[in-house]
Amino acid sequence: MGTVRIRVKRYQPEGGAKSYYQEYEVPYTRGMVVLDALNYIKDNLDGSLTYRWSCRMGICGSCGALVNGVPRLTCATFLSSLRQPVTVEPLNNFPVIKDLVVNIDDFMEKLVRIQPWIVRERERPIEEGEYRQTPEEMERYHQFSLCINCGLCYAACPVYAADKGFIGPAAAALGYRYYLDSRDEGGSRRLEILTEGAGAYDCTFVGECSAVCPKGVDPALALQRIKLESAMNILSGLLPRRVVGRPK
Amino acid sequence: MWAMERLEHDIAVVGGGAAGLRAAIEAASIGEGLSVAVISKVYPMRSHTVSAEGGAAAVLREYDSFDLHAMDTVKGSDYLADQDAVEVFVRECPREIIQLEHWGCPWSREPDGRIAVRAFGGMSVKRTCFAADKTGFHLLHTLFQHSMKYPNIIRYDEWFVTSLITEDGRVKGLTALDMRTGELAFISAAAVVIATGGAGRLYRFTTNAAIKTGDGMALANRAGAPLKDMEFIQFHPTALPGTGILITEAARGEGGYLINNRGERFLKRYVPEKMELGPRDILSRAIITEIREGRGFEGPYGSYVLLDLRHLGKEVIERRLPFVRELATHYIGIDPVHEPIPVRPAVHYTMGGIHTDIDGQTPVAGLYACGEAACVSVNGANRLGSNSLSECLVFGRRAGAAAARYALHHKEKKATSNPVAQYWRAEEERVYSYLRRERSEQRVSGIRRQLQDLMEDHVGIFRSEEGLMRASSEIRKLRDALHGAAVDDKSRVFNTELTAALELDFMLTVAEAVVQSALARRESRGAHYRVDYPKRDDEHFLHHQLSYYTPEGPRLESLGVSITRWQPAERRY
Repeated sequence: MGTVRIRVKRYQPEGGAKSYYQEYEVPYTRGMVVLDALNYIKDNLDGSLTYRWSCRMGICGSCGALVNGVPRLTCATFLSSLRQPVTVEPLNNFPVIKDLVVNIDDFMEKLVRIQPWIVRERERPIEEGEYRQTPEEMERYHQFSLCINCGLCYAACPVYAADKGFIGPAAAALGYRYYLDSRDEGGSRRLEILTEGAGAYDCTFVGECSAVCPKGVDPALALQRIKLESAMNILSGLLPRRVVGRPK
Repeated sequence: MWAMERLEHDIAVVGGGAAGLRAAIEAASIGEGLSVAVISKVYPMRSHTVSAEGGAAAVLREYDSFDLHAMDTVKGSDYLADQDAVEVFVRECPREIIQLEHWGCPWSREPDGRIAVRAFGGMSVKRTCFAADKTGFHLLHTLFQHSMKYPNIIRYDEWFVTSLITEDGRVKGLTALDMRTGELAFISAAAVVIATGGAGRLYRFTTNAAIKTGDGMALANRAGAPLKDMEFIQFHPTALPGTGILITEAARGEGGYLINNRGERFLKRYVPEKMELGPRDILSRAIITEIREGRGFEGPYGSYVLLDLRHLGKEVIERRLPFVRELATHYIGIDPVHEPIPVRPAVHYTMGGIHTDIDGQTPVAGLYACGEAACVSVNGANRLGSNSLSECLVFGRRAGAAAARYALHHKEKKATSNPVAQYWRAEEERVYSYLRRERSEQRVSGIRRQLQDLMEDHVGIFRSEEGLMRASSEIRKLRDALHGAAVDDKSRVFNTELTAALELDFMLTVAEAVVQSALARRESRGAHYRVDYPKRDDEHFLHHQLSYYTPEGPRLESLGVSITRWQPAERRY
């Protein structure tokens, strides 16, 4: 059994304002992921190493970090696939609280901003049962509902890096998910919310968000479609005798 | 000298998973003027609900009935469930499924657009609603996003609750550590709802996330509320060896087979009628028995049996079990379309918990509990798969409603004084003691590992008096070791080593309740199996066990089981 060298970017707000790198040697067993190495370090070598994790199966979204420079989930990244020393740093584009723990307040605020809930003029009473939605209707939005809020896409996005006001991939994809849901009546108002300010139109279609997304959400696709639908919406509003809105 | 920050709310919900969010939404809807705090040590979308895969049961079809769902649940519970609670539960599951659907939950559908249902363990008919094989993920995100609509729900994300405060037998609020600053605060509330989940992390091999450390159970227990049925720990039959990652029961619901090293579907010798859809307690014992008798497989991560999905075909697997395929492929390099998956039982769910009535009320005034942290009891000695997500919704709503009614009634009488200065000083002393001590004999992680090994080895699927006594005395020593321990990280900001020590303290309290209850129950029932008492004994043990906290250890009391319509019978599948 060999060992692996792990190099972690450390930062303690109470220990002076500078960050630094610390290297550890971790015994390697087959199938180990980066998170296993972090846990080994914390449990046996250095209890002060601080990071987020919970499910260890790639569904809770807690454990995002830069691994050898790429935004990854540490619980889903195998050590065997990485060049040594394995460098682990906090996600880009978020303020660092401590070590690998970043401040995601801005991300959380953007999730709320896009109104991630079903909007209806009138709710059906529970007694009348479910809104009917065919598998085909669900297929239209389903992939955009798979976001685990891990933030890797914000770390990868150069537009967000330059402008923290940018709505960002995950929030846009989530807003689009509700727009496409046959039960939702948010309609064109949703497109307005998604494109106003530093909204979808600020996306320059770099595509790094979709490249790093661990769940196949494809937020880049959502952003392009939002731009397209929004533009069509505006155009059709300018044309005479055209009924705007989606068929129900 | 009141140095602790004081925050005021009407209701404080501890835990932001399915049960906690459902309770908060209900309370906030009922009382628009009520201020509802949701306090969670992780952001709510990280709650362990997110890992649930299989589904949520409800009577939605003509071929189904409340009586049938109730009977399945009672039989599944090995007749320890309170039947009056079960009857309420099954009647409210359908409305919760529809409510969540109205809120946007992407339940999988039939071609005609109705919510689809599938077969599940111990259920007589197909009644498990599902959202592909990520039901918990979709449920949680739906609830979390919907909760954002309420201006009177105020969230405290990454705040770690350290204690509940009571005065004259009534809840007054709680103390919590703001992880970002490391400062303790006092949150005043007329009603507190505990929804912190179960305690799977007491064990070494578990499907549970890191956060499942039984915090709320310990908090409530120390505040005077008894825990109930703590000896009943569910082992899920099919987890990946090594990691313990869950492979959902839905894989068997869709038709998967469990195979031993002779290539046989060995469950025909244990549950010949239900086979792979038998209840989890019987299946887990069956798998371990097969392994012990030499009919299992050996691998780098221990023994296992095989879960074969190949005959389902690629199309069914991709449509109904895509996450199963993703997990097996990614974590162990096995594509279930082409190869069977190695699986073995792992700790999964805590049937026991904080004793409540059907409105989530505990014996302590103002203190409520719901979800896995609570024990109503609907699940008795063994829970059926897909009843838990439904339970979180049904009792989350009931507890939230009850807490809201209580808070509205007590709005005028809220605590205006601060808890006795001695209290907060003692709490502050206790919490920061891990930082103040210079050195300790053992690392916190080492003590935790020992606890997990003890529970795994002596309080597992097959138990004995000798093993349980050993666990009992060793756990007491671990408690002493922890109370003299220090952490490496002496800083205040986001100190996860400190919270790990506080969690371990909670885990030890819960572990003691589990062990003492297991010792006292000299019979086998549901998930609790004593090799020295292998039969069910209704004459002496058809009752719940309450566990009260004392500094010397748990004090046990009996509580009768409510039997309305279904007399205990032999449990055959």
